[in-house]
Amino acid sequence: MTDEEDRPSPEALLEQTRRDDRGKLKIFLGAYPGVGKTYAMLQAAQERRKEGRDVIVGIVETHGRVETENLLRGLEALPRKRLLHRGRVFGEMDIDAIIWRKPEIALVDELAHTNVTGSRHEKRYQDIDELLDAGIDVYTTLNIQHLESLNDIVARISRVRVRETLPDSFLEKANEIELIDLPPDDLLQRLRDGKVYVIDQVGRALRHFFSKGNLTALRELAMRIAAERIDAQMLEYMRTHAVSGPWPTQDRLMVCLNESPVAKKLVRTAKRMAERQRVPWIALHVETPRDDRMSNAEKDDIAEALRLAEQLGAEIVTLQAEAHLAKEISALASKRNVTRLLIGRPRRRRWSGLLRENVARRLLENAEGFDVTVIAADADEKKRSLISDNPFERGSWRSRSFSWVFGSVTTATVAALFADRYVPLGNLSLIYLLAVLLTAIRCGMWPSIAASFLAFISYNFFFTVPYYTLSVFHQEQLITIVFFLIVSVIVGNLAGRLRLQVDAMKTSGKRTANLYDFSRKIAAAVSLDDVLWAAVHHVAATLDCQSMVLQPGTNGSLEITAAYPPDDQLGLKDWGAAEWAWEHSKPAGWRSETLPTAEWLFMPMNTQQGPFGVVGVRFKADARALGPSQRRLLEALVDQVAVAVERTRLATDIEEARLLTETEQLRAALLSSISHDLRTPLVSIIGSATTLTSYDDLMGSEDRQQLTQTILEESERLNRFVQNLLDMTRLGYGALQPKKEWSDLAEIIGRAVKHAGKFAGMRSVEVQISPDLAPIHVDPVLIEQVLFNILDNAVKHTASDGVITIRTKTGSDRVVIEISDDGVGIPVEAREAVFDVFYRVRAGDSQVAGTGLGLSICRGFIEAHGGQIVALDGPQGQGTTIAITLPITVMPSVAEDDEDLQDGRAEGS
Amino acid sequence: MAERKEADVSDQARVLIIDDEPQIRKFLRISLGAQGYEVIEAENGQSGIEKCALEAPHLVILDLGLPDLDGQEVLAKIREWSEVPIIVLSVRANEEEKVNALDRGANDYVTKPFGIAELIARVRAILRGRKSDDPTSSEIVSGDLKIDLAAHRIFKGDNELKLTKKEFALLTLLARNAGRIVTHQQILREIWGPAQESETHYLRIYIGHLRQKLGDDPLNPTYIENEPGVGYRFLRIEE
Repeated sequence: MTDEEDRPSPEALLEQTRRDDRGKLKIFLGAYPGVGKTYAMLQAAQERRKEGRDVIVGIVETHGRVETENLLRGLEALPRKRLLHRGRVFGEMDIDAIIWRKPEIALVDELAHTNVTGSRHEKRYQDIDELLDAGIDVYTTLNIQHLESLNDIVARISRVRVRETLPDSFLEKANEIELIDLPPDDLLQRLRDGKVYVIDQVGRALRHFFSKGNLTALRELAMRIAAERIDAQMLEYMRTHAVSGPWPTQDRLMVCLNESPVAKKLVRTAKRMAERQRVPWIALHVETPRDDRMSNAEKDDIAEALRLAEQLGAEIVTLQAEAHLAKEISALASKRNVTRLLIGRPRRRRWSGLLRENVARRLLENAEGFDVTVIAADADEKKRSLISDNPFERGSWRSRSFSWVFGSVTTATVAALFADRYVPLGNLSLIYLLAVLLTAIRCGMWPSIAASFLAFISYNFFFTVPYYTLSVFHQEQLITIVFFLIVSVIVGNLAGRLRLQVDAMKTSGKRTANLYDFSRKIAAAVSLDDVLWAAVHHVAATLDCQSMVLQPGTNGSLEITAAYPPDDQLGLKDWGAAEWAWEHSKPAGWRSETLPTAEWLFMPMNTQQGPFGVVGVRFKADARALGPSQRRLLEALVDQVAVAVERTRLATDIEEARLLTETEQLRAALLSSISHDLRTPLVSIIGSATTLTSYDDLMGSEDRQQLTQTILEESERLNRFVQNLLDMTRLGYGALQPKKEWSDLAEIIGRAVKHAGKFAGMRSVEVQISPDLAPIHVDPVLIEQVLFNILDNAVKHTASDGVITIRTKTGSDRVVIEISDDGVGIPVEAREAVFDVFYRVRAGDSQVAGTGLGLSICRGFIEAHGGQIVALDGPQGQGTTIAITLPITVMPSVAEDDEDLQDGRAEGS
Repeated sequence: MAERKEADVSDQARVLIIDDEPQIRKFLRISLGAQGYEVIEAENGQSGIEKCALEAPHLVILDLGLPDLDGQEVLAKIREWSEVPIIVLSVRANEEEKVNALDRGANDYVTKPFGIAELIARVRAILRGRKSDDPTSSEIVSGDLKIDLAAHRIFKGDNELKLTKKEFALLTLLARNAGRIVTHQQILREIWGPAQESETHYLRIYIGHLRQKLGDDPLNPTYIENEPGVGYRFLRIEE
């Protein structure tokens, strides 16, 4: 029982082993600049070196300090990589050189450093991550104010907003954190002594930063972080080593994000709370139809907040909801075991808030099983949200509504003035009501409320006593306006919602249609190339961008395999991003975390069989970061491409498997045929030979003669069969090159007939050669083999006294050789199949001995000569005729330098 | 009478068989021995070359497929110092190999598998040729065909045939090597000169003319036989 409980948790062990493969990260943490982090790091490095470990300096900033520089002695320093940016040369750490050098420990100063534009990664911690991945231990330094989640606090304490930030999740990767502590007084002393490097512009802000109060606060923060870390490590140790104790349950914290400018602050707060409670956390964004109407800046805000959350270690969840946001959020919260929900304080709305769903309030009311924490927005951050960055569009929308309001009410007034003569006064209000209704449907609630006021005023002005004044005498009139208003609000709200829903449906419908369209296109594509092309074309059309697919080529490096518009050029940086994305199976390039300055964004494509390439997209120069819906669309597309490619691959695999099976079947059939054809003659040979050896003295000379004859004949048959097999192999390799020479066809026929005659028995072979037969340019050996095979076949299929005829016919450009027999003939439907290599094989064991290879070899040889061979009826409709057609080429003429022997002799004598 | 003649021919003729297959060596030893030849055996190329030097055979039968050395190599090595006639054994469908061997100095070839009669015929033709290689001999007779080399005249039966110079040269070349193969290249080199070595159609035409004049049926030739892809052989018809 206790054993069970005390067993180390598998997840913890897994995490531990994963870390064991990686390099170890040691962070020298300081509360503020000047505590001597670099110094401490170098001291530690020197000690490691004395212990005999391989330590190198990846990058260390000494800021010209002598003591620090002295400590660098004896340590191998790798040269920096020079990068040109805006006309200045920057020296950055050369990651590749370090990985290539592969030391045990690399020293990398200033963990939070931001690399110069054009480097592989945006941030140095990403460089370090790569070093750790390569199994290199890293010593690095960090000031507490660079920690992402403390950014707000530090800014509030020190009034300096630190731009270079480090995700907290990275701090968690550290195997060891060493706090380098220096009391504020000592630091101030050192500062006064000029022993601390401060950036050139010692402005007021910086002076404020180095005030005693500030330093004390920062020191406390650093110590707290270090202590929390130690707690976390302790907990981890306890888990790994199965120390039982009260562990926190797997509660979760969830933060809801919207376009509010405090979103990032919410994220950081959530991170801190989650950290403190040691619980995983979720960052949630609920996409509503409202998202589509957001300005680009607002969309960017959400995207950035989500990205930040992801960096800080949150799980990102995006929900889609039309209405009832609070319900959706609550459902998710209870499903994911969320114990604390973080939301921003809703912006103060005027009385419209009464009518719209107040999500925050609903959540507070409905919260079951979780606490809701509302985070206040900072005063200065509120402003921006009020400034629309797209005034034109909104203005035009307003003016359109205004014209609707005025237009509808004016029309209603004119209509009412006209109708006044025919209908009672009370009914006129209905005309106005119609105008209000139409406005509500067309333009939404606010314009319709405006319209109802206007309608009331017009009605009052034109149609109630006293006419042409705005005074109200009767109570009914007040009731009228109240009804007008109620109708406006209800209908306007309903219509507005309806319109939003229709819009949302349209968008999602468009998305679905898009994906469906893609599936259809891809389903039609057969080859991998087609699929890839359809994919890039579709991605380009859907996201309005350029797109391409890169895959590793035969030598392992990435190649562009499809692009739309077709292009095979990529900038150096883009190549870098593509390769990084491929190697790490993570997105890289444009607006991502790795190589964000590249023009292209690359997403890895993964199938179940592993990664097989990357998809690259390039948006127009003025495009902003991808919003969550766009990003999801892109991911969905990439997934679909991956699925399609996998499908194609599977299809190819199945085809290959089918071919393999067929080949196997053929091999089996061929083997059985070969064993049959080899064994039959062997049976006769062995039988005859053993008879000869065993009963020699019992036999007469005639018997002996017959047996010897059998051995000879059967051996010849075996020999023919082996020859056929060899010829088949030659054909099968496709390497058959006829060695053509000028030949006399009659001579070839003669040789074949002579050869076959040995096996013909009593059958007669007649040869009729046309007298005008010119020499032909063929391979005489192959043609002889063809003729022999056909004759051999004819012999097999004719009666023992049958007649075989060979005829040649000469045309202008061809010669036809016909070999006819008066045998059983070939059924019409089988006449093509007899040339099939499988044909005889399939016919099985029962037929006349001999392989089915003969005729298929003939076809192969004749076709290698550019000729044809077909099976036809026999001459009198009986038997078979095999007709061979061979092309004739004109023989080159011979220089006539010959003379008659008699003349020569006359001369000679 | 015929037996008597053969004994003369094979008198003290030593034949060296270079072949790695003991079964082939065995049946050759038996059959050649039965014909009165003295048989020496070598089971690989190296010992074949040595025995060829030590035993001075009158004829070598060389298998081109040997385990240690390439048969062509053995051929070339022997040809470095010896003019001993060599018959090579080669598999079918490898005309190039045969032509190569003949060009390197082999005197004839036999395609494996072969009947013993074919081999004995080749052996005899070569050994007879060696004996009768008499420069003073001015007449070649085959059946009813008589070639008078000195007078440049050819008779079939009692009729004199009218040949051109080249036709005569061609016929004489083949007839001098009666029973033995003469490759296309050898003929072309000899009669048309080295420059025309690849013009096989010359040969085809002149052989055609010759056959016509000799009254030789290409379907069933009695005087000139073609070995496709290799060369021509003049068939000596024994009286």
